[in-house]
Amino acid sequence: MKKVTLKLSDGTCFKGTSFGYEKNVAGELVFNTTMIGYPEVLTDANFEGQLVVMTYPLIGNYGVPACSSLENGLSEFMDSHRIHPAAVIMTEYSPEYSHWNANEDLAAWLIREQIPAITGVDTRELTKHLRENGTMQATLIFEGDDTTPVANDENLVPQVSCKEVVTYNAGAGKKVVLVDCGVKEGIIRYLLARGVEVTRVPWDYDFNTLEFDALMLSNGPGDPEDCAVTIENIKTFLAKGEDKPLLGLGLGNQLLALAAGAEVLKHKYGHRGATQPVQIVGGERCYITAQNHGYVVDGTTLPEEWKEWFVNMNDRTNEGIRHAEKPWMAVQFIPEMNCGPKDSEFVFDNFFQLLNK
Amino acid sequence: MEKKDIKKVLVLGSGALKIGEAGEFDYSGSQALKALREEGIYTVLINPNIATVQTSEGVADKIYFLPVNPFFVEKVIAKERPDGVLLAFGGQTALNCGVELYKSGVLEKYNVQVLGTPVQAIMDTEDRELFVEKLDEINVKTIQSEACETIEAARAAAKELGYPVILRAAYALGGLGSGFCDNEEELNVIAEKAFSFSPQVLVEKSLKGWKEIEYEVVRDKYDNCITVCNMENLDPLGIHTGESIVIAPTQTLTKSEAAKLRALAIKIVRHVGIVGECNVQYALDPYSEDYRVIEVNARLSRSSALASKATGYPLAFVAAKIALGYGLFELKNSVTKDTPAFFEPTLDYIVAKFPRWDLGKFRGVDREIGSSMKSVGEVMAIGRTFEDTIQKGLRMIGQGMHGFTENKTLHVDDLDHALSAPTDKRIFFLSQALHEGYTIDRLHELTKIDRWFLEKLQNIVKTDNELKAAGSLQAIDEDLMRKAKIQGFSDFQIAKAVGMGAQMDMEYAALIARKHRLSLGVKPVVKQIDTLAAEFPAQTNYLYLTYSGVANDVKYLNDRKSVVVLGSGAYRIGSSVEFDWCGVQALKTIRENGYRSVMINYNPETVSTDYDMCDRLYFDELTFERVMDILELENPHGVIVSTGGQIPNNLALKLDAQHMPILGTTARSIDNAEDRDKFSAMLDRIGVDQPEWSALTSMEDVKTFIDKVGFPVLVRPSYVLSGAAMNVCFNQEELERFLKMAATVSKKHPVVISKFMLNTKEIEMDAVAKDGEIIAYAISEHVEFAGVHSGDATIQFPAQKLYVETVRRIKKISGQIARELNISGPFNIQYLARENEIKVIECNLRASRSFPFVSKVLKINFIDIATRIMLGLPVEKPSKNFFDFDYVGVKASQFSFNRLQKADPVIGVDMTSTGEVGCLGEDANSALLTSMLSVGLRVPKKNVLFSIGSPKQKAQMLDSARQLIAKGFNIYATLGTSHFLTEAGIPNTTVYQPSEEGTPQAIDLMREGVIEFVVSVPKDIVTDPQNDVCYHVRRAAIDLNVPLLTNARLAAAFINAFCTVDVNDLAIQSWDEYK
Repeated sequence: MKKVTLKLSDGTCFKGTSFGYEKNVAGELVFNTTMIGYPEVLTDANFEGQLVVMTYPLIGNYGVPACSSLENGLSEFMDSHRIHPAAVIMTEYSPEYSHWNANEDLAAWLIREQIPAITGVDTRELTKHLRENGTMQATLIFEGDDTTPVANDENLVPQVSCKEVVTYNAGAGKKVVLVDCGVKEGIIRYLLARGVEVTRVPWDYDFNTLEFDALMLSNGPGDPEDCAVTIENIKTFLAKGEDKPLLGLGLGNQLLALAAGAEVLKHKYGHRGATQPVQIVGGERCYITAQNHGYVVDGTTLPEEWKEWFVNMNDRTNEGIRHAEKPWMAVQFIPEMNCGPKDSEFVFDNFFQLLNK
Repeated sequence: MEKKDIKKVLVLGSGALKIGEAGEFDYSGSQALKALREEGIYTVLINPNIATVQTSEGVADKIYFLPVNPFFVEKVIAKERPDGVLLAFGGQTALNCGVELYKSGVLEKYNVQVLGTPVQAIMDTEDRELFVEKLDEINVKTIQSEACETIEAARAAAKELGYPVILRAAYALGGLGSGFCDNEEELNVIAEKAFSFSPQVLVEKSLKGWKEIEYEVVRDKYDNCITVCNMENLDPLGIHTGESIVIAPTQTLTKSEAAKLRALAIKIVRHVGIVGECNVQYALDPYSEDYRVIEVNARLSRSSALASKATGYPLAFVAAKIALGYGLFELKNSVTKDTPAFFEPTLDYIVAKFPRWDLGKFRGVDREIGSSMKSVGEVMAIGRTFEDTIQKGLRMIGQGMHGFTENKTLHVDDLDHALSAPTDKRIFFLSQALHEGYTIDRLHELTKIDRWFLEKLQNIVKTDNELKAAGSLQAIDEDLMRKAKIQGFSDFQIAKAVGMGAQMDMEYAALIARKHRLSLGVKPVVKQIDTLAAEFPAQTNYLYLTYSGVANDVKYLNDRKSVVVLGSGAYRIGSSVEFDWCGVQALKTIRENGYRSVMINYNPETVSTDYDMCDRLYFDELTFERVMDILELENPHGVIVSTGGQIPNNLALKLDAQHMPILGTTARSIDNAEDRDKFSAMLDRIGVDQPEWSALTSMEDVKTFIDKVGFPVLVRPSYVLSGAAMNVCFNQEELERFLKMAATVSKKHPVVISKFMLNTKEIEMDAVAKDGEIIAYAISEHVEFAGVHSGDATIQFPAQKLYVETVRRIKKISGQIARELNISGPFNIQYLARENEIKVIECNLRASRSFPFVSKVLKINFIDIATRIMLGLPVEKPSKNFFDFDYVGVKASQFSFNRLQKADPVIGVDMTSTGEVGCLGEDANSALLTSMLSVGLRVPKKNVLFSIGSPKQKAQMLDSARQLIAKGFNIYATLGTSHFLTEAGIPNTTVYQPSEEGTPQAIDLMREGVIEFVVSVPKDIVTDPQNDVCYHVRRAAIDLNVPLLTNARLAAAFINAFCTVDVNDLAIQSWDEYK
């Protein structure tokens, strides 16, 4: 197996061994603390273009399920149809796997999707380095390959958004427009199961031209400022002052905040994991949530009619906003209805309640 | 009730350590008490287990060394009038007691509020039928089960469900009285036993082979829930979780499965209404996402202690705060000290828990493991690869294994059977099978263990073969060395694999392998357990070592200000919570005197592995290799080897040879005491009497020696604790058989044979010396005559029946020995005394099992003094003399024979007790009675059975029999004993044993509940259960839960105590009230 060097932009190097596709890559280096669920991590569009470090040391144990699709074209088990990170870095890859639902091993999938992966890295040390120095650019260089890789980190959303409008469950009931900035397909599967019609539109589509009962802004990768068109569309929606419910998730929280006039900052190393604690502002209820973002809303810059809804209990950063009167709200975390902590299902319950009023 | 209204809280402990209820409750109780005291709450603790940390000064405000049962607890409540009570921190014992007090209205009567999870919720989870109903309400699947109140009903239920079925006794600890039945015959046997423990027995469909998964859930009164940890058993369903190798976090579950079970756990906990901590156990189909909830434990448990240690999340502490009314968001993560306690720990390592069995100690015991618990302790290994944690763990168990490979071959006739019918040795049979080329599929078929685990185990074997193929150390390059170390191979295993054992002593070979490894630059690194996978900075001192890494998480100052204390490892028969107490006390003294305290230990059920007990905790091996790794990093002021029992003691010489700074008594002196040959020679030299002895070199010498002294003789190899490989032999045949066995125990140290003396008193001297001069001492006396292992004996302190002259001589001889060995630190000497004739049996230059007992009775902390001496600090001789105080302490042993099917419940030279209690009384009878009640004996009301072996013992029991008759008891007696009593004019009823024809049959009377107490004394100390007619009666007493004593002296003392003192008159006094 080929030796690979992970070179950070500050000059620090880590050595590892390849077990995926062999090609030099570059990108933003981030760490993810999820212990269980590497297929879900890899199909999460929020990781588009990033080199992802797994803090959990053992990866590959239960293989990878079939990348099959449902009749409506949605992925059956995963959050999207392809791997999004530019590369994966781990302590120990387990080529041995065992699970009734496994179709192949992780390496086979990575190679098929042409994603490099390395094992044998002290990911704890690497994580500490990123925690102290912030996320940074890095390259993965294979032994004997002297090409210079280019990072894919310019305007990521268009790369992960759908290209055209798709309608699911046409005529099923209330109409929900979902602005796809890289949506986890598990969320769509969940919405459909609750019996609504979902119109999935590309990130830059002007949804104000459509007829709908509620608006949903999806999760997605990168810097929200890159989505200027989306923000403008949201501004238009807000300006109409209608009482249609609006729910933002992840990136959607940041887009809504920007449209409302607040500011968004880059977080030193982001929140990426399945066990982020958040608390409702002004209450006693707390929730364990899944998150994946590198930017945060600056809660102090919210205009008067907007309130902070949730805060992160570890670092007190913003985890959601809501309008004082209108049914408009967003959360920074991602209520993964596919299979993540279901603790925050109330976010959807709340949304459907407003929708069915 | 609001937080501020709770001023005084009663905490119930779990009593003596027993199989199924061990050290984990010392840990959880200690944490709860800490949480309460932080709030300024006055704490009252009831726990007769005197060796625990929770019953130490400064942990609770008031401590009662009394039995944890409704009778005594009510009395304490009446006296103390607490505002609230915590039931969840003392295991099933405390929980059952609390439920009874609630049902009988005692709690209401005294206006005591149950803090935390309401009693109704506890009952909903404990009563199987209520539990199933409760979960049915929210459509959560449970195992189909039928509650039966008769054996006929059980048979019918089993027929309907279809075999195999599992039987469980309701309201029972850790699977007591439960088991699998493949057919009606087996059901009849198990059902009978289960009904003796509980009026209700549950018949369930067996799900053998399903995965067993656990979740630890915390919920506060605001309905905030977190799951702290999920765990997966390597052994599939069918083996009690206490008997399984448990892995955290789960390794073979997908996110979908894990999230589903997590969500269900939270749903259950909310519905049941837990306020605090709770454990949910699942069976998960290995071929779908189908599941069943096995059980819910509405209290801190063994698993929660493990989860606390595995994640760094202090479950018991947090649960206690929640019980007081705190929300999780109001509490801090005690590892980061910055982030809140509402979070789910993220691990970046893998943890494996292994059970420690001591089945070899019991005669006749069934070695198969299954649905009820038999292990006596556990260890936890932390690593960054699965292979590493497995190999570490197998070394930690401390039964002479070096890891997964390179162990001595176990003999087995049928390897397939050894794999499919699991015993305590199965993991090693897996190793053998893999070496023999069994395929993963075949192994999976035989064991149902998930293929992933099997493949990982195969990796170890593959690497082992690579090492073997290398053939020499020189042929091992850096890559192979690193690979082997990452997979947890020890230097010893590597040296053995390349065949160095053929050329030299293995210990020496391991040292050479170590040197070679260091020359390749392959060294372990130290990583922190920080609960957050390094996402946030944490000031954690909770550490482990791994080869899977490039940098240390901590910085070493090299200021020589740290003192390393070596812990005691797995709890086992002979080494248990008492050494944890010693270690914790040493850490405390070290800290108080301006040094950094460092602990190395790996037992998840201890207080010493609580990371706030010391400045640095290395949760890692106590092998020479690992201790050296740590000492080289720490570069400490010194290392203490005398407070952790035999494991650290055995390292003294080896560490000293590497010039490690051992504090206190020198390694050479330790060797002079441990090496029986050297020690006996020394006694002869300084003119101290001992039983006639001889160091064994050849069988001829032995013969000459025995011709001189005659049988019985005591045979002992050196360096043993708790009588491992120590035996009394009554004839030539036994001796020869035993010597063959002993020879494989230790080649380096000779075996010593001495005359075994019958009918002799045994006396213990626990002491601390400085530069050879005794500073503090305690002399205690066994109730039983010599021949009962000191760990099983009932001990009175101060000694009650010794001549002044005897005491004087013991002091003098102890002084001589202390001087000769130049002792600085703790030590213990055991003496035999007949009239005023004193003989030394053995001497240990370390703290003994009875140190916490004598320290607490005397109220002088021997370990504090010893540690100060080892640190070179000034000490004063305590002015108190044991003649000065007006009360008595009695230490009694807890046996767990009820867990060990078929084991003969006799006591002898080999230790078999699993725990102990220590109770105080105004006189010897009160103290003895309280302590016997604390270990589960009950005072009979009417009928007692006598079955006494030898004429001499029969005679010994005559007074007791007369006492019983005078008190209006009826005596039943087996044939011989009955004749004897009748001849002595004592009225009695003859009963028969199973081997005899005639009625009434003794066992029938026990089953019918007529006989309430059995005294069955075997003829000889060592007997073969199969040939002993009395075995069946003794065993039946255990299986039918009838109190049993098998030692004549102890039985006489107990009878005398309950005939003299009325239980109702026993003083309800706290520790501090005895002055």
